[in-house]
Amino acid sequence: MKIHEYQAKALLEEYGIPVNRGIMAENSDDISHAVKSLKPPFVIKAQIHSGGRGKAGGVKIANTTCEAVQISGDMLGKTLVTKQTGPKGRIVKKLLIAECVDIKKEYYVSMTLDSENSCIALVASGAGGVEIEETAAENPDSIIRRNIDINIGVRDYFLRNIASMLGVDDVAGFIRIGRGMFELFMEKDCSMVEINPLVETPERALIAIDAKVTFDDNALFRHPDIAGLCDINELDPKEAEAGKHSLNYIALNGSVGCMVNGAGLAMATMDIINAYGGKPANFLDVGGNTTGDSVAEAFKILLSNEKVRVIFVNIFGGIVKCDIIAEGIINAIKSLKSDCSMIDIPIVVRLAGNNSEKGNELLNKSGLNIISKTLMADAAKTCVLLSQESLK
Amino acid sequence: MSILVNKNTRLIVQGITGNQGRFHTQKMLEYGTNIVAGVTPGKGGSRVLGIPVFDTVEQAVKATGANTSIIYVPAKYAPDSILEAYDARLDLVVCITEGIPVLDMMLIKNYMKDKKTRLIGPNCPGVITPGECKVGIMPASIHKKGHIGVVSRSGTLTYEAVNQLTQYSLGQSTAVGIGGDPVKGLGFIDVLKMFNEDDETFAIVMIGEIGGKGEEKAALWIKDNLKKPLVAYIAGQTAPPGKRMGHAGAIISGGTGTAESKNKALGESGAYVVKTPDMIGEATYNLLKSRDLLEKCLV
Repeated sequence: MKIHEYQAKALLEEYGIPVNRGIMAENSDDISHAVKSLKPPFVIKAQIHSGGRGKAGGVKIANTTCEAVQISGDMLGKTLVTKQTGPKGRIVKKLLIAECVDIKKEYYVSMTLDSENSCIALVASGAGGVEIEETAAENPDSIIRRNIDINIGVRDYFLRNIASMLGVDDVAGFIRIGRGMFELFMEKDCSMVEINPLVETPERALIAIDAKVTFDDNALFRHPDIAGLCDINELDPKEAEAGKHSLNYIALNGSVGCMVNGAGLAMATMDIINAYGGKPANFLDVGGNTTGDSVAEAFKILLSNEKVRVIFVNIFGGIVKCDIIAEGIINAIKSLKSDCSMIDIPIVVRLAGNNSEKGNELLNKSGLNIISKTLMADAAKTCVLLSQESLK
Repeated sequence: MSILVNKNTRLIVQGITGNQGRFHTQKMLEYGTNIVAGVTPGKGGSRVLGIPVFDTVEQAVKATGANTSIIYVPAKYAPDSILEAYDARLDLVVCITEGIPVLDMMLIKNYMKDKKTRLIGPNCPGVITPGECKVGIMPASIHKKGHIGVVSRSGTLTYEAVNQLTQYSLGQSTAVGIGGDPVKGLGFIDVLKMFNEDDETFAIVMIGEIGGKGEEKAALWIKDNLKKPLVAYIAGQTAPPGKRMGHAGAIISGGTGTAESKNKALGESGAYVVKTPDMIGEATYNLLKSRDLLEKCLV
């Protein structure tokens, strides 16, 4: 789960990490309160879950209170298009108005899960303010990487080493920051804690100017405070809706809607569509124990995407039998047809495994616009053909 | 022979009194798996489907001589169940549970290091030696006893592969679902080593997916060590970067973990890599034919 910068910085502060003073603003009252409470010059930052905000005009400096009010007013409600948001961009609903800090030097420090080595990786560099991927590409030698054993944690000597490699003046301050990051990581089940840049001021103080913190979704059950930080405005509405019904949906750009049971098979289905020259409209895993209800919800989500020209249902009946799934599909389509004028999108169904023949028979007899195929390749080919025809 | 589970497996079901636990206990019994005990704290002394239930794994092991356990316990409690099975010194623990926090799995993984117990999963379909023993949730009917070893990170995609093999009359020695989580018990190399040493396994099907470096590491091992033909498929060639594709471990991040890199590594290792999932059965058949192993593998 992702959170906003202003939320991440509040968490850092909770763990004893100095941040520049700032206030979140959602409306003009908030803006005037913020500029009155803080000292100019200000930095005004759009709070959206996306990198590359600066280049898209989502980070601006204001030298005076008046200017800050003007810039903030302009930015709020504007649509920002960054390299990560896609062409539709994201509407700015929240701002972080913060005090500027004099910068002598900028560092990058992050902790992330390293699942290969079953540890937390600390990554640091003297090239702060730049995305670490860029530094890795242009100046890989400047990146320091150390594994943290989660049973041992971060010791002072460990952080002292990093501080000396980076050339940090305030070593004690750096140790406090490193310890705070690690505590936050472990206590809140983070998957990443990143400070970029960590600024060194001319007075030798270390201050976190920007931060990104993400969390392990699987651990949210034990952190209701963190789960509460989730901003539903930042989620894809279809992905959010799918989540409510325990469906795993990810929006893509193609025209073949996919409904599959199991994550691996769902990815494989996207691959085979692609192999035959089509483009999947989504990834959708309805889970290993598919029921009629989840199939109906899945259809609704697929049909709400206007790009979808054909739907590919690829089910391997394991424990759940294919005839039960076929019934679920038929009932779902019938009920959708009656309560919304379901567009006549062709549905290609491929059932394999338990009772697949019985399932196919039911589909063929249903009188609905369903094409049943026994082979995955045939089904994929048919889908691609139908989507191409419909796009013409 | 086969690997990991067989006729001598004496199984404990942790979480036997839950819906999933009870349902799959029934299915495993129908397959002929020797289930000797169930464990649910607070339910000791009762019976489920005729199987005695104990409060702790240690009691169950003492009373029944169990050597393997399967876990159907909700994610919140599953880390405890895994550690309990470890402390009872079982040979093998299979954890079906999906959604265990990564930091919990890291602590477990670090604890496991010098212990004899092996872990499969979490977030996996389990392991089956057709005709002998099923420890998992896979549909039994698609399997056939034979000589192809199957190892996979996925559930339904494994069934898909097994089904294709069976349709080509290629039976399986053992099929192992190692699970879709980023931090897990046995990895590809561990299972490949076992298949490599197993006299009854003549060829291997390996199914990977995007995310992590497990397939790349396996490819290096395959190149230097594997004595048997291997067919590989990597799911997620069309997955967008930065998105978690259902499985917690299936994510391309910072340019690593792509299907392209995995396919390349496996191709260079001498594995036969198929580009689409429907080709797994056919490719295995053809590869065996070209190596003069087909007659030995047909069942």
